[in-house]
Amino acid sequence: MSIYLIVFLPLLASILAGFANKSLGFVVPKVLTTGALFIACGLSWPIFIAFLTGSAEASVFPVLKWVASGTMTFDWALRVDTLTAVMLVVITSVSALVHLYSWGYMSEEPDQPRFFAYLSLFTFAMLMLVTADNLVQMFFGWEGVGLASYLLIGFWFRKPSAGAAAIKAFVVNRVGDLGFMLGIFGTYLVFGTVSIPEILHAAPTMAGSTIGFLGHRFDTMTVLCLLLFVGAMGKSAQLGLHTWLPDAMEGPTPVSALIHAATMVTAGVFMVCRLSPMFEQSETAMHVVAVVGACTCFFAATIGCTQWDIKRVIAYSTCSQLGYMFFAAGSGAFGAAMFHLFTHAFFKALLFLCAGSVIHAMHHEQDMRFYGGLRKKIPITFWTMTAGTLAITGVGIAGVIGFAGFYSKDAILEAAFGSGSQVGTFAFWMGIFAALMTSFYSWRLVFLTFFGKPRWNQSEHVQHAVHDAHGHGHDDHAHDAHGHDDAHAHDDHAHDDHAHAPADLGMRGPDYGDHGDGTGGYHPHESPLVMLLPLLILSVGAVAAGFVFNHTFVSEGEGEFWKGALVFHEHLIHAMHGVPMWVKWAPFTVMAIGFVTAWYGYIKNTAFPKAVADQLGPVHTFVYRKWMFDELYNTIFVKPAFWLGGVFWKVLDIGIIDRFGPDGAAAVVAKGSTYAQKVQSGYLYSYALVMLLGLVGAISWVIAG
Amino acid sequence: MTGFPILSLMLLVPLLGALACLFLEAKAARTVALLATLVDLVLGIALWMNFDVGGAQWQFTERLNIFSGFTYALGIDGIALLLIMLSVFLMPICIGASRSIEKRVGEYMAAFLLVEVFMLGVFMAQDMYLFYMFFEAGLIPMYLIIGIWGGADRIYASYKFFLYTLLGSVLMLVAMLWMVHTAGTSDIPTLMAYDFDPHVQTWLWLAFFASFAVKMPMWPVHTWLPAAHVQAPTGGSVILAGVLLKMGGYGFIRFSLPMFPEASVYFGPLVWGLSMAAVVITSLIALVQSDMKKLIAYSSVAHMAIVTIGLFAFNVQGLEGSMLVMLSHGLVAGALFLCVGVIYDRLHTREISRYGGLAINMPRYAVFFLLFTMASIGLPGTSGFVGEFLSLGGIYQVSTWTALICTTGIILGAAYMLYLYRRVVFGEQKNADAAAMPDLDARELAMVIPLALAALWMGVYPESFIAPMRADIAALDARLARAKPAGDSAPTPGKAKPAHEEAAAHGGSH
Repeated sequence: MSIYLIVFLPLLASILAGFANKSLGFVVPKVLTTGALFIACGLSWPIFIAFLTGSAEASVFPVLKWVASGTMTFDWALRVDTLTAVMLVVITSVSALVHLYSWGYMSEEPDQPRFFAYLSLFTFAMLMLVTADNLVQMFFGWEGVGLASYLLIGFWFRKPSAGAAAIKAFVVNRVGDLGFMLGIFGTYLVFGTVSIPEILHAAPTMAGSTIGFLGHRFDTMTVLCLLLFVGAMGKSAQLGLHTWLPDAMEGPTPVSALIHAATMVTAGVFMVCRLSPMFEQSETAMHVVAVVGACTCFFAATIGCTQWDIKRVIAYSTCSQLGYMFFAAGSGAFGAAMFHLFTHAFFKALLFLCAGSVIHAMHHEQDMRFYGGLRKKIPITFWTMTAGTLAITGVGIAGVIGFAGFYSKDAILEAAFGSGSQVGTFAFWMGIFAALMTSFYSWRLVFLTFFGKPRWNQSEHVQHAVHDAHGHGHDDHAHDAHGHDDAHAHDDHAHDDHAHAPADLGMRGPDYGDHGDGTGGYHPHESPLVMLLPLLILSVGAVAAGFVFNHTFVSEGEGEFWKGALVFHEHLIHAMHGVPMWVKWAPFTVMAIGFVTAWYGYIKNTAFPKAVADQLGPVHTFVYRKWMFDELYNTIFVKPAFWLGGVFWKVLDIGIIDRFGPDGAAAVVAKGSTYAQKVQSGYLYSYALVMLLGLVGAISWVIAG
Repeated sequence: MTGFPILSLMLLVPLLGALACLFLEAKAARTVALLATLVDLVLGIALWMNFDVGGAQWQFTERLNIFSGFTYALGIDGIALLLIMLSVFLMPICIGASRSIEKRVGEYMAAFLLVEVFMLGVFMAQDMYLFYMFFEAGLIPMYLIIGIWGGADRIYASYKFFLYTLLGSVLMLVAMLWMVHTAGTSDIPTLMAYDFDPHVQTWLWLAFFASFAVKMPMWPVHTWLPAAHVQAPTGGSVILAGVLLKMGGYGFIRFSLPMFPEASVYFGPLVWGLSMAAVVITSLIALVQSDMKKLIAYSSVAHMAIVTIGLFAFNVQGLEGSMLVMLSHGLVAGALFLCVGVIYDRLHTREISRYGGLAINMPRYAVFFLLFTMASIGLPGTSGFVGEFLSLGGIYQVSTWTALICTTGIILGAAYMLYLYRRVVFGEQKNADAAAMPDLDARELAMVIPLALAALWMGVYPESFIAPMRADIAALDARLARAKPAGDSAPTPGKAKPAHEEAAAHGGSH
């Protein structure tokens, strides 16, 4: 029964905090929302542990009738099974920690209650998504998290770039939702229900059936799964529908950690796992899932290697890791996909929050070219971030011990290879390349940020801090984020390049400070305890989540843990264990190569990256400009939409319909206008009366006659 | 006449109010109008309370033979009940929104109350001629509201409105006369069960279509709507979007579908085509508007297209969905026009670019505007979603192409509404006068809060609104069953795999 509290406490807290807004000060809304989340978190772990120990059974808790239209019925209800339990602990734990972290990170923010209300609202929607017992409630959560994401990306609504990013996130997600909605319609048409258990139960009976779609006939399950998968692609930022995720970094960093790394973006993976018995029925759909995932994981990793904005690097990293989860699912290893989702939530949230801590220390500077040498200044952030990096790059020794990502990523790669299909092999190789790049960009981030000499003096943000310090104390570091006095400084982040940014490392821009040590006279400070505590707790997860839960999620015989909540292939587990030795060692090898390359390029020989980039020329530019997706979509979707809108309006509506329609007719009766104008100044009731009497008279004449 | 004539009373109250307003000075007229509409709201609630869900199809019937062939017959079913509730709910809000009217207040209020009388009459009438009278008469006060109290271009707008809607109706009148002669009665319930020759149905259907399509409005006979909305005063826009646009949908569901089932199915693809065109074209047009009211007016056309595809899906989900879209649109589009009116009253411009950063000085306004924006783009949990979802789900069963094209409306809708919201509410305060505008006052809150609550109610627990019409929709569905199209997506039964193969379905693939 505690599930009611888990789900609805955050909603209640959100409503109260939102309505109270600033009238009760900042502390009450913060305590309400954070308290609600810690209670929810405290109640979630026992549920998860009950499923771990096998003492809990899947159950559904009804809430309220929703819609009953003919045979289409769906109600509000909370479903709790193993899959939900996993998501519950992920969501509530990360959310609670992010709430806590935000006490520090947002402490200068005048709109704090609104921020916390949004965070809790998001958590509620996400919980509704993972507890959904029918597809429509899942869609409710799906769109609900979209709304919260929109609000949080646009939290600093004064910034034009934030407003634009918020719209982009919502609209691109809606493209995915189009697929999701059609998928639900199709599912209802085929199965006569939108209840998830009933659909999953009936799914195997529909193998081999065909369905009409857009005038052609296709395999039923393929159509349904692919439509639903379009939704998953949107929410989980897969190749083609990923463009919103990097822009979503306009939101405050705690938001990026919670929504755009740990929880919301994994909803697509969750959906595919939840509906795994459906996807299993269509080999084509599985292959598409695997290929899209593999391509995304590769493509996003390439971009991650070239970006300078610390948050964007992590954003592309997230995109890439989601790709891993999808190709695991597409290879049939749903358990491994969920395992990676689980571990990724901890270490990616950790990485984002660490990045937030760095940004906090660096006065909202996000460009890594202006970092450097921060290791000694913010040691706790450094060590926790290192833990996160060890986790994401998958450091570990096969068969002995390793960090979280080591277990889950290796499980995915082995499953892809072990599945033995061509698609699996393709995914495996893409995954290996991506793992190399993951290691490279992650260590690159660490080296650029924490090692080398300080390069802070070239940062405008830092300069502001230094100048402010003379005026009114250097703690006023959130000021430009919400545009009190110099919003322009922050707006620069909408662009990929600072106007003043040096073309590359090592090239000196104008040196504002006269300290000669690259610090520009700036002294970064370690973040307060409320921010460090979540980092430390998440570090534990990043270190330990792998070896503690490895057995549970992906080992032989552990189909029992899942209890049918997703499809679990024993034979795939066997295949994973049977892969050749080089496959087992490949991830470790590429991880090491990536590490050494990053070390060489960013510590040993800092001129090397620029030389390579120059050598690659247009290839580097293409990757640096994010494979030109934004430019492409602007050209083929956004601009034509506005152009067409103008044409339809001016030419079609005004030029044709009006001209030959009412205006033409009006010209004919123009003479009548003189009479009508009299009426305008006359008495309306007399006019109305005449009209009515005329009508009645006419009708009765016709009838009587 | 059976029982207490509550329906007649609901017509009489605003009628008397209208007459009184004509002879009262401004302040008293406002009070009388507000009182009259509130009394009607109370009567409406009583009506809903006493409506026997699952009881007789026609309830609260009243009959009075006036002269040969013309009967004063009232009565409602669940469908009419819901639209009546929508009307009486919106009317006090419209009166409240008319604070800025200073010219000829008494006559303005009288016109509004007359609109209410005629609208309610449309939904209550059980006699075809009575229906026609109310249906056409409703035009007159609306025409005057636009023409007298409208904006700068009001004369043109009112002509356009009048021409479109009246010319469409002439054909309908002819068809009605023919029907009454053939069937020998003007009683609507009887005609709803009367089987006209399918060949004749096509002509009759087209004649009715001419009128309803304009009222709806469907593309391409929609161009009166943006003009009318832009010029109408706020209250006029609310009632126009809120209730007058529902008369077309009501006409389809009351006349076209049950009286001409074969013709409706025959012309289904035509309606789908026009609806698809409407969703895409008007949504794109909405995207490029710089006038707030025009933007919302175009979005109304797109929403009404969802109504028509729901109606012409010929199944329960589609029909109930389209009813819910109508109700939701009534609330939400009304609320959005109200939101525009709120800032128009302060700055006297509808230019989007004159605003910006309103979240800073009008935070409450920003919240409500956001809620209605989300309801308009069909966020689950708000009223917009349930109807849209059911309508689109209904049409999917009949035509996947139509479903696909019309579902793009959720993308385009999000684009133009959020783009509007961003330009008005987000961003910096570019204009000093916009930045100085005060937040919602008590009167304005009293108008938007009920709308917001209703929109959420309908989104979270739509059962309250589905229950009254369930039996009527089922009856209509049964009536349409004989002509129902097969649908282009029918699945073939699957060949269930043997158990062992099923377990190895994936393993076997490599």
